[in-house]
Amino acid sequence: MTTRRRFLSAAATTGALSLTGCQKHSLPPTYGSLFGLSDALSFAAQRWLLRRQPLAREFRRDQISARFPAINTTNPPDREYQQQRAGHFADWRLSVDGLVASPGELSLADLKAFPSRSQVTLHCCEQGWSAIAEWTGVQLSTLLQAVGTKPEARYVVFYSVDDWWDSLDMFDALHPQTLLAYGMNGGELPVQHGAPLRLRVERQLGYKQLKYVGGIEVTDRLDNVRDGTGAVGVALGYPWYAGI
Amino acid sequence: MQAATVSRRHSGVIRVTHWINAACFLALCVSGYAILIAHPRFYWGWTGYFDTPAAFSLPLAVNLDQTGWGRNLHFLAAWITLFNGLLYVGWSAAALRARPAYSVSRKAAYAGVVFVLLPLMILSGLTMSPGITAAYPQLFGLFGGRQSARTIHFLLGAALVAFLIGHVAMTILTGFRRNMRNIL
Repeated sequence: MTTRRRFLSAAATTGALSLTGCQKHSLPPTYGSLFGLSDALSFAAQRWLLRRQPLAREFRRDQISARFPAINTTNPPDREYQQQRAGHFADWRLSVDGLVASPGELSLADLKAFPSRSQVTLHCCEQGWSAIAEWTGVQLSTLLQAVGTKPEARYVVFYSVDDWWDSLDMFDALHPQTLLAYGMNGGELPVQHGAPLRLRVERQLGYKQLKYVGGIEVTDRLDNVRDGTGAVGVALGYPWYAGI
Repeated sequence: MQAATVSRRHSGVIRVTHWINAACFLALCVSGYAILIAHPRFYWGWTGYFDTPAAFSLPLAVNLDQTGWGRNLHFLAAWITLFNGLLYVGWSAAALRARPAYSVSRKAAYAGVVFVLLPLMILSGLTMSPGITAAYPQLFGLFGGRQSARTIHFLLGAALVAFLIGHVAMTILTGFRRNMRNIL
Protein backbone atom coordinates (compact mmCIF):
# COMPACT_ATOMS: atom_id res chain seq x y z
CA MET A 1 0.00 0.00 0.00
CA THR A 2 2.88 2.33 0.74
CA THR A 3 4.13 1.85 -2.79
CA ARG A 4 0.72 2.58 -4.22
CA ARG A 5 0.29 5.67 -2.11
CA ARG A 6 3.69 6.84 -3.21
CA PHE A 7 2.59 6.31 -6.84
CA LEU A 8 -0.52 8.35 -6.31
CA SER A 9 1.35 11.21 -4.76
CA ALA A 10 3.86 11.04 -7.60
CA ALA A 11 0.95 11.24 -10.04
CA ALA A 12 -0.51 14.18 -8.17
CA THR A 13 2.85 15.95 -8.26
CA THR A 14 3.04 15.34 -11.99
CA GLY A 15 -0.36 16.92 -12.41
CA ALA A 16 0.61 19.98 -10.40
CA LEU A 17 3.85 20.40 -12.30
CA SER A 18 1.98 20.12 -15.60
CA LEU A 19 0.05 23.22 -14.81
CA THR A 20 3.00 25.28 -13.67
CA GLY A 21 5.39 23.87 -16.26
CA CYS A 22 8.28 24.40 -13.87
CA GLN A 23 9.96 21.10 -14.66
CA LYS A 24 11.21 19.80 -17.94
CA HIS A 25 8.88 17.16 -19.41
CA SER A 26 6.17 17.72 -16.84
CA LEU A 27 3.83 18.45 -19.74
CA PRO A 28 2.83 15.54 -21.95
CA PRO A 29 5.35 14.80 -24.67
CA THR A 30 4.28 16.40 -27.91
CA TYR A 31 5.68 17.22 -31.31
CA GLY A 32 5.90 20.90 -30.49
CA SER A 33 4.47 23.63 -32.72
CA LEU A 34 1.21 25.47 -32.16
CA PHE A 35 -0.64 22.16 -31.84
CA GLY A 36 1.35 21.45 -28.69
CA LEU A 37 -0.55 24.32 -27.07
CA SER A 38 -4.00 22.81 -27.63
CA ASP A 39 -2.61 19.39 -26.70
CA ALA A 40 -1.48 20.79 -23.37
CA LEU A 41 -4.86 22.49 -22.83
CA SER A 42 -6.79 19.30 -23.58
CA PHE A 43 -4.45 17.28 -21.36
CA ALA A 44 -4.63 19.70 -18.42
CA ALA A 45 -8.42 20.07 -18.74
CA GLN A 46 -8.97 16.31 -18.79
CA ARG A 47 -6.57 15.68 -15.93
CA TRP A 48 -8.61 18.13 -13.87
CA LEU A 49 -11.95 16.64 -14.94
CA LEU A 50 -10.64 13.12 -14.21
CA ARG A 51 -8.93 14.08 -10.93
CA ARG A 52 -11.18 11.70 -8.96
CA GLN A 53 -10.22 8.86 -11.33
CA PRO A 54 -13.71 7.86 -12.55
CA LEU A 55 -14.12 4.65 -14.51
CA ALA A 56 -14.98 4.62 -18.19
CA ARG A 57 -18.49 3.30 -18.83
CA GLU A 58 -18.79 -0.49 -18.75
CA PHE A 59 -21.41 -2.38 -20.77
CA ARG A 60 -23.38 -5.59 -20.43
CA ARG A 61 -22.00 -8.72 -22.07
CA ASP A 62 -25.00 -8.87 -24.43
CA GLN A 63 -23.90 -5.48 -25.83
CA ILE A 64 -20.59 -6.91 -27.12
CA SER A 65 -20.17 -6.22 -30.85
CA ALA A 66 -20.61 -9.22 -33.17
CA ARG A 67 -17.36 -8.35 -34.90
CA PHE A 68 -14.48 -6.20 -33.75
CA PRO A 69 -12.35 -4.50 -36.42
CA ALA A 70 -8.64 -5.32 -36.41
CA ILE A 71 -6.39 -2.64 -37.85
CA ASN A 72 -2.65 -1.96 -38.22
CA THR A 73 -0.62 -5.13 -37.53
CA THR A 74 -2.87 -8.20 -37.49
CA ASN A 75 -0.20 -10.90 -37.47
CA PRO A 76 3.42 -9.87 -36.80
CA PRO A 77 5.70 -11.53 -39.36
CA ASP A 78 8.57 -11.67 -36.84
CA ARG A 79 9.99 -15.22 -36.85
CA GLU A 80 10.31 -15.49 -33.09
CA TYR A 81 6.72 -14.33 -32.70
CA GLN A 82 5.50 -16.94 -35.18
CA GLN A 83 7.36 -19.67 -33.28
CA GLN A 84 5.78 -18.55 -30.00
CA ARG A 85 2.40 -18.43 -31.68
CA ALA A 86 2.84 -22.00 -32.96
CA GLY A 87 3.60 -23.04 -29.39
CA HIS A 88 0.50 -21.25 -28.03
CA PHE A 89 2.78 -18.69 -26.38
CA ALA A 90 4.02 -21.22 -23.78
CA ASP A 91 7.59 -19.92 -24.33
CA TRP A 92 6.54 -16.27 -24.57
CA ARG A 93 7.81 -13.94 -21.83
CA LEU A 94 6.99 -10.38 -20.83
CA SER A 95 10.13 -8.52 -19.85
CA VAL A 96 9.85 -6.02 -17.00
CA ASP A 97 12.72 -3.67 -16.28
CA GLY A 98 13.72 -0.13 -15.41
CA LEU A 99 12.98 1.45 -12.04
CA VAL A 100 11.67 -1.70 -10.35
CA ALA A 101 12.92 -3.67 -7.36
CA SER A 102 12.70 -7.01 -9.16
CA PRO A 103 13.20 -6.82 -12.93
CA GLY A 104 12.73 -10.02 -14.87
CA GLU A 105 10.49 -11.98 -17.14
CA LEU A 106 6.95 -13.21 -16.66
CA SER A 107 5.22 -16.00 -18.55
CA LEU A 108 1.58 -15.92 -19.57
CA ALA A 109 0.88 -18.34 -16.70
CA ASP A 110 2.59 -15.91 -14.29
CA LEU A 111 0.34 -13.10 -15.50
CA LYS A 112 -2.77 -15.27 -15.24
CA ALA A 113 -1.84 -16.18 -11.67
CA PHE A 114 -2.50 -12.58 -10.59
CA PRO A 115 -6.09 -11.59 -9.75
CA SER A 116 -7.81 -10.77 -13.05
CA ARG A 117 -10.22 -8.05 -14.09
CA SER A 118 -12.81 -8.28 -16.87
CA GLN A 119 -14.41 -5.20 -18.36
CA VAL A 120 -16.83 -4.68 -21.25
CA THR A 121 -15.91 -1.34 -22.78
CA LEU A 122 -16.32 0.84 -25.85
CA HIS A 123 -13.23 0.94 -28.06
CA CYS A 124 -13.13 4.30 -29.85
CA CYS A 125 -10.90 4.48 -32.91
CA GLU A 126 -9.62 7.91 -33.85
CA GLN A 127 -10.81 7.15 -37.39
CA GLY A 128 -14.41 7.40 -36.17
CA TRP A 129 -15.67 3.85 -35.67
CA SER A 130 -16.36 2.24 -32.30
CA ALA A 131 -17.05 -1.29 -31.08
CA ILE A 132 -17.73 -2.99 -27.75
CA ALA A 133 -15.67 -5.90 -26.41
CA GLU A 134 -14.86 -7.59 -23.14
CA TRP A 135 -11.24 -7.56 -22.04
CA THR A 136 -9.71 -9.78 -19.36
CA GLY A 137 -6.29 -9.29 -17.90
CA VAL A 138 -4.13 -8.23 -15.01
CA GLN A 139 -4.41 -4.68 -13.76
CA LEU A 140 -1.18 -2.86 -14.53
CA SER A 141 -1.24 -1.50 -10.97
CA THR A 142 -1.20 -5.06 -9.62
CA LEU A 143 1.80 -5.97 -11.74
CA LEU A 144 3.67 -2.78 -10.83
CA GLN A 145 3.04 -3.42 -7.16
CA ALA A 146 4.33 -6.98 -7.53
CA VAL A 147 7.59 -5.91 -9.15
CA GLY A 148 7.97 -3.00 -6.72
CA THR A 149 8.42 0.27 -8.58
CA LYS A 150 10.90 2.75 -7.16
CA PRO A 151 9.72 6.09 -5.75
CA GLU A 152 11.11 8.11 -8.66
CA ALA A 153 9.09 6.09 -11.19
CA ARG A 154 6.81 8.33 -13.29
CA TYR A 155 6.14 6.55 -16.57
CA VAL A 156 5.60 3.05 -17.87
CA VAL A 157 6.87 2.41 -21.41
CA PHE A 158 5.41 -0.45 -23.46
CA TYR A 159 7.24 -2.15 -26.31
CA SER A 160 5.51 -4.39 -28.83
CA VAL A 161 6.96 -7.22 -30.88
CA ASP A 162 5.98 -5.39 -34.12
CA ASP A 163 8.29 -2.55 -33.02
CA TRP A 164 5.62 -0.12 -31.87
CA TRP A 165 5.95 1.51 -28.52
CA ASP A 166 3.97 3.80 -26.26
CA SER A 167 3.91 5.05 -22.69
CA LEU A 168 1.62 6.09 -19.85
CA ASP A 169 2.24 8.25 -16.85
CA MET A 170 1.33 6.88 -13.41
CA PHE A 171 -2.02 8.73 -13.43
CA ASP A 172 -3.28 6.41 -16.17
CA ALA A 173 -0.98 3.44 -15.46
CA LEU A 174 -2.49 2.99 -11.98
CA HIS A 175 -6.12 3.45 -13.06
CA PRO A 176 -8.22 0.36 -12.19
CA GLN A 177 -9.27 -0.16 -15.84
CA THR A 178 -5.72 -0.08 -17.18
CA LEU A 179 -5.04 -3.71 -18.02
CA LEU A 180 -2.50 -5.91 -19.65
CA ALA A 181 -5.17 -8.03 -21.33
CA TYR A 182 -4.71 -11.67 -22.33
CA GLY A 183 -8.40 -12.46 -22.88
CA MET A 184 -11.14 -11.08 -25.12
CA ASN A 185 -14.89 -11.80 -25.09
CA GLY A 186 -14.44 -14.76 -22.73
CA GLY A 187 -11.71 -16.51 -24.76
CA GLU A 188 -8.00 -16.12 -25.39
CA LEU A 189 -6.90 -12.83 -26.95
CA PRO A 190 -6.92 -13.51 -30.74
CA VAL A 191 -3.73 -12.93 -32.75
CA GLN A 192 -5.31 -10.13 -34.83
CA HIS A 193 -6.13 -8.27 -31.60
CA GLY A 194 -2.64 -8.49 -30.14
CA ALA A 195 -2.09 -11.97 -28.67
CA PRO A 196 -0.79 -12.87 -26.25
CA LEU A 197 -0.90 -9.50 -24.45
CA ARG A 198 -2.22 -6.03 -25.22
CA LEU A 199 -2.72 -2.81 -23.36
CA ARG A 200 -6.17 -1.45 -22.44
CA VAL A 201 -6.40 2.19 -21.33
CA GLU A 202 -10.13 2.78 -21.43
CA ARG A 203 -10.16 6.57 -21.09
CA GLN A 204 -8.07 7.02 -24.22
CA LEU A 205 -8.59 6.34 -27.92
CA GLY A 206 -7.89 3.16 -29.84
CA TYR A 207 -4.41 4.11 -30.99
CA LYS A 208 -3.23 4.02 -27.36
CA GLN A 209 -4.29 0.35 -26.94
CA LEU A 210 -0.93 -1.16 -27.90
CA LYS A 211 -1.09 -4.72 -29.25
CA TYR A 212 1.55 -7.50 -28.98
CA VAL A 213 3.14 -6.09 -25.83
CA GLY A 214 6.45 -7.87 -25.23
CA GLY A 215 8.11 -5.68 -22.65
CA ILE A 216 7.50 -2.90 -20.20
CA GLU A 217 9.97 -0.47 -18.72
CA VAL A 218 9.40 1.77 -15.72
CA THR A 219 11.16 5.10 -16.00
CA ASP A 220 11.35 8.59 -14.52
CA ARG A 221 11.64 10.37 -17.87
CA LEU A 222 10.71 9.88 -21.50
CA ASP A 223 13.15 12.21 -23.24
CA ASN A 224 15.84 9.52 -23.26
CA VAL A 225 13.55 6.72 -24.44
CA ARG A 226 13.85 6.11 -28.20
CA ASP A 227 13.15 9.40 -30.02
CA GLY A 228 12.01 11.07 -26.79
CA THR A 229 8.44 11.68 -27.94
CA GLY A 230 6.81 9.14 -25.60
CA ALA A 231 5.05 7.11 -28.28
CA VAL A 232 5.47 5.75 -31.79
CA GLY A 233 2.57 7.80 -33.13
CA VAL A 234 3.73 11.24 -32.02
CA ALA A 235 6.09 11.75 -34.96
CA LEU A 236 3.13 10.89 -37.22
CA GLY A 237 0.97 13.61 -35.66
CA TYR A 238 -0.93 11.55 -33.07
CA PRO A 239 -0.57 13.17 -29.64
CA TRP A 240 0.83 11.17 -26.75
CA TYR A 241 -2.28 11.92 -24.73
CA ALA A 242 -5.24 10.35 -26.55
CA GLY A 243 -8.12 11.22 -24.24
CA ILE A 244 -9.77 13.31 -26.93
CA MET B 1 -26.01 60.24 -43.38
CA GLN B 2 -22.30 60.11 -42.66
CA ALA B 3 -22.91 60.14 -38.91
CA ALA B 4 -25.52 57.36 -39.17
CA THR B 5 -23.13 55.12 -41.13
CA VAL B 6 -20.28 55.61 -38.68
CA SER B 7 -22.52 54.85 -35.71
CA ARG B 8 -23.50 51.52 -37.25
CA ARG B 9 -19.91 50.26 -37.31
CA HIS B 10 -19.32 47.37 -34.89
CA SER B 11 -17.08 47.85 -31.89
CA GLY B 12 -13.44 46.85 -32.07
CA VAL B 13 -13.96 43.72 -29.96
CA ILE B 14 -16.77 42.48 -32.21
CA ARG B 15 -14.78 43.19 -35.39
CA VAL B 16 -11.70 41.33 -34.15
CA THR B 17 -13.56 38.37 -32.60
CA HIS B 18 -15.78 38.07 -35.68
CA TRP B 19 -12.79 37.49 -37.97
CA ILE B 20 -11.01 35.18 -35.54
CA ASN B 21 -14.26 33.23 -35.41
CA ALA B 22 -14.47 33.20 -39.21
CA ALA B 23 -10.91 31.84 -39.48
CA CYS B 24 -11.65 29.18 -36.83
CA PHE B 25 -14.88 28.19 -38.57
CA LEU B 26 -12.97 27.66 -41.81
CA ALA B 27 -10.29 25.65 -39.95
CA LEU B 28 -12.96 23.53 -38.22
CA CYS B 29 -14.69 22.81 -41.55
CA VAL B 30 -11.48 21.85 -43.35
CA SER B 31 -10.12 19.75 -40.47
CA GLY B 32 -13.56 18.24 -39.84
CA TYR B 33 -13.62 17.12 -43.45
CA ALA B 34 -10.12 15.64 -43.09
CA ILE B 35 -11.31 13.63 -40.07
CA LEU B 36 -14.57 12.66 -41.77
CA ILE B 37 -12.97 11.07 -44.84
CA ALA B 38 -11.25 8.46 -42.65
CA HIS B 39 -14.71 6.98 -42.12
CA PRO B 40 -17.50 8.73 -44.08
CA ARG B 41 -20.22 6.49 -42.63
CA PHE B 42 -22.70 7.43 -39.92
CA TYR B 43 -24.48 5.27 -37.37
CA TRP B 44 -26.98 5.55 -34.56
CA GLY B 45 -26.34 4.24 -31.03
CA TRP B 46 -23.06 3.11 -29.50
CA THR B 47 -21.19 1.21 -32.14
CA GLY B 48 -20.57 1.25 -35.86
CA TYR B 49 -17.74 0.03 -38.05
CA PHE B 50 -16.91 -1.06 -41.57
CA ASP B 51 -19.34 -3.95 -41.91
CA THR B 52 -22.28 -2.83 -39.78
CA PRO B 53 -25.22 -1.15 -41.53
CA ALA B 54 -24.86 2.64 -41.67
CA ALA B 55 -27.69 5.11 -41.04
CA PHE B 56 -26.25 6.92 -44.04
CA SER B 57 -22.92 7.28 -45.73
CA LEU B 58 -21.31 9.90 -47.92
CA PRO B 59 -19.93 9.11 -51.37
CA LEU B 60 -16.39 10.20 -50.46
CA ALA B 61 -13.13 8.38 -51.15
CA VAL B 62 -11.80 6.98 -47.87
CA ASN B 63 -8.48 8.54 -46.82
CA LEU B 64 -6.91 7.33 -43.59
CA ASP B 65 -3.84 9.56 -43.72
CA GLN B 66 -5.38 12.94 -42.90
CA THR B 67 -6.58 12.38 -39.32
CA GLY B 68 -3.27 13.32 -37.65
CA TRP B 69 -3.12 16.99 -38.68
CA GLY B 70 -6.91 17.02 -39.07
CA ARG B 71 -7.55 16.21 -35.43
CA ASN B 72 -4.77 18.53 -34.21
CA LEU B 73 -6.09 21.48 -36.20
CA HIS B 74 -9.68 20.68 -35.19
CA PHE B 75 -8.86 20.79 -31.47
CA LEU B 76 -6.65 23.88 -31.74
CA ALA B 77 -9.39 25.73 -33.63
CA ALA B 78 -12.00 24.45 -31.17
CA TRP B 79 -10.06 25.83 -28.18
CA ILE B 80 -9.61 29.23 -29.85
CA THR B 81 -13.29 29.24 -30.86
CA LEU B 82 -14.29 28.59 -27.27
CA PHE B 83 -12.28 31.45 -25.75
CA ASN B 84 -12.99 33.80 -28.64
CA GLY B 85 -16.66 32.81 -28.67
CA LEU B 86 -17.18 33.58 -24.98
CA LEU B 87 -15.80 37.08 -25.53
CA TYR B 88 -17.83 37.50 -28.73
CA VAL B 89 -21.10 36.32 -27.19
CA GLY B 90 -20.69 38.48 -24.10
CA TRP B 91 -19.96 41.55 -26.17
CA SER B 92 -22.65 40.84 -28.81
CA ALA B 93 -25.32 40.35 -26.16
CA ALA B 94 -24.60 43.85 -24.93
CA ALA B 95 -24.41 45.19 -28.48
CA LEU B 96 -27.66 43.51 -29.55
CA ARG B 97 -29.56 45.19 -26.76
CA ALA B 98 -28.25 48.50 -28.03
CA ARG B 99 -29.37 47.69 -31.59
CA PRO B 100 -33.15 47.84 -31.80
CA ALA B 101 -32.71 48.05 -35.59
CA TYR B 102 -32.12 44.28 -35.74
CA SER B 103 -35.35 42.49 -36.69
CA VAL B 104 -36.88 39.88 -34.39
CA SER B 105 -36.25 37.10 -36.92
CA ARG B 106 -32.59 38.09 -37.26
CA LYS B 107 -32.13 38.08 -33.48
CA ALA B 108 -33.89 34.70 -33.29
CA ALA B 109 -31.62 33.19 -35.96
CA TYR B 110 -28.48 34.46 -34.22
CA ALA B 111 -29.72 33.36 -30.79
CA GLY B 112 -30.58 29.92 -32.19
CA VAL B 113 -27.06 29.50 -33.55
CA VAL B 114 -25.27 30.87 -30.50
CA PHE B 115 -27.38 29.34 -27.73
CA VAL B 116 -28.62 26.10 -29.33
CA LEU B 117 -26.51 24.96 -32.30
CA LEU B 118 -23.06 25.87 -30.95
CA PRO B 119 -23.51 24.39 -27.46
CA LEU B 120 -24.89 21.17 -28.99
CA MET B 121 -21.95 21.19 -31.42
CA ILE B 122 -19.47 21.40 -28.52
CA LEU B 123 -21.28 18.80 -26.42
CA SER B 124 -21.69 16.28 -29.26
CA GLY B 125 -18.00 16.73 -30.09
CA LEU B 126 -16.99 16.15 -26.48
CA THR B 127 -19.14 12.99 -26.37
CA MET B 128 -16.64 11.44 -28.80
CA SER B 129 -13.84 11.92 -26.24
CA PRO B 130 -13.31 8.84 -24.03
CA GLY B 131 -11.72 11.05 -21.36
CA ILE B 132 -14.66 13.46 -21.21
CA THR B 133 -17.31 10.71 -21.13
CA ALA B 134 -15.48 8.98 -18.26
CA ALA B 135 -15.93 12.22 -16.30
CA TYR B 136 -19.44 12.97 -17.66
CA PRO B 137 -21.19 9.74 -18.70
CA GLN B 138 -24.46 11.74 -18.83
CA LEU B 139 -23.31 13.01 -22.24
CA PHE B 140 -23.91 9.53 -23.65
CA GLY B 141 -27.51 9.74 -22.42
CA LEU B 142 -28.00 13.17 -23.98
CA PHE B 143 -27.07 11.94 -27.45
CA GLY B 144 -27.95 8.24 -27.23
CA GLY B 145 -24.43 6.83 -27.58
CA ARG B 146 -21.09 7.75 -29.12
CA GLN B 147 -22.01 7.06 -32.75
CA SER B 148 -25.26 9.04 -32.39
CA ALA B 149 -23.21 11.93 -31.02
CA ARG B 150 -20.85 11.69 -34.01
CA THR B 151 -23.81 11.70 -36.43
CA ILE B 152 -25.42 14.66 -34.65
CA HIS B 153 -22.05 16.49 -34.67
CA PHE B 154 -21.91 16.08 -38.46
CA LEU B 155 -25.55 17.15 -39.02
CA LEU B 156 -25.13 20.21 -36.79
CA GLY B 157 -21.96 21.07 -38.71
CA ALA B 158 -23.94 20.90 -41.94
CA ALA B 159 -26.60 23.16 -40.38
CA LEU B 160 -23.90 25.67 -39.37
CA VAL B 161 -22.52 25.68 -42.92
CA ALA B 162 -26.09 26.34 -44.18
CA PHE B 163 -26.35 29.21 -41.70
CA LEU B 164 -23.00 30.58 -42.92
CA ILE B 165 -24.24 30.51 -46.53
CA GLY B 166 -27.38 32.40 -45.47
CA HIS B 167 -25.30 34.84 -43.42
CA VAL B 168 -22.97 35.61 -46.35
CA ALA B 169 -25.92 35.87 -48.76
CA MET B 170 -27.64 38.37 -46.46
CA THR B 171 -24.41 40.35 -46.20
CA ILE B 172 -24.27 40.63 -49.99
CA LEU B 173 -27.99 41.29 -50.54
CA THR B 174 -28.34 44.02 -47.91
CA GLY B 175 -25.50 46.24 -49.12
CA PHE B 176 -22.19 44.42 -49.25
CA ARG B 177 -19.90 47.47 -49.14
CA ARG B 178 -21.67 49.08 -46.21
CA ASN B 179 -21.84 45.76 -44.32
CA MET B 180 -18.14 45.07 -44.83
CA ARG B 181 -17.24 48.58 -43.75
CA ASN B 182 -19.10 47.93 -40.50
CA ILE B 183 -17.30 44.70 -39.69
CA LEU B 184 -13.80 45.50 -40.95
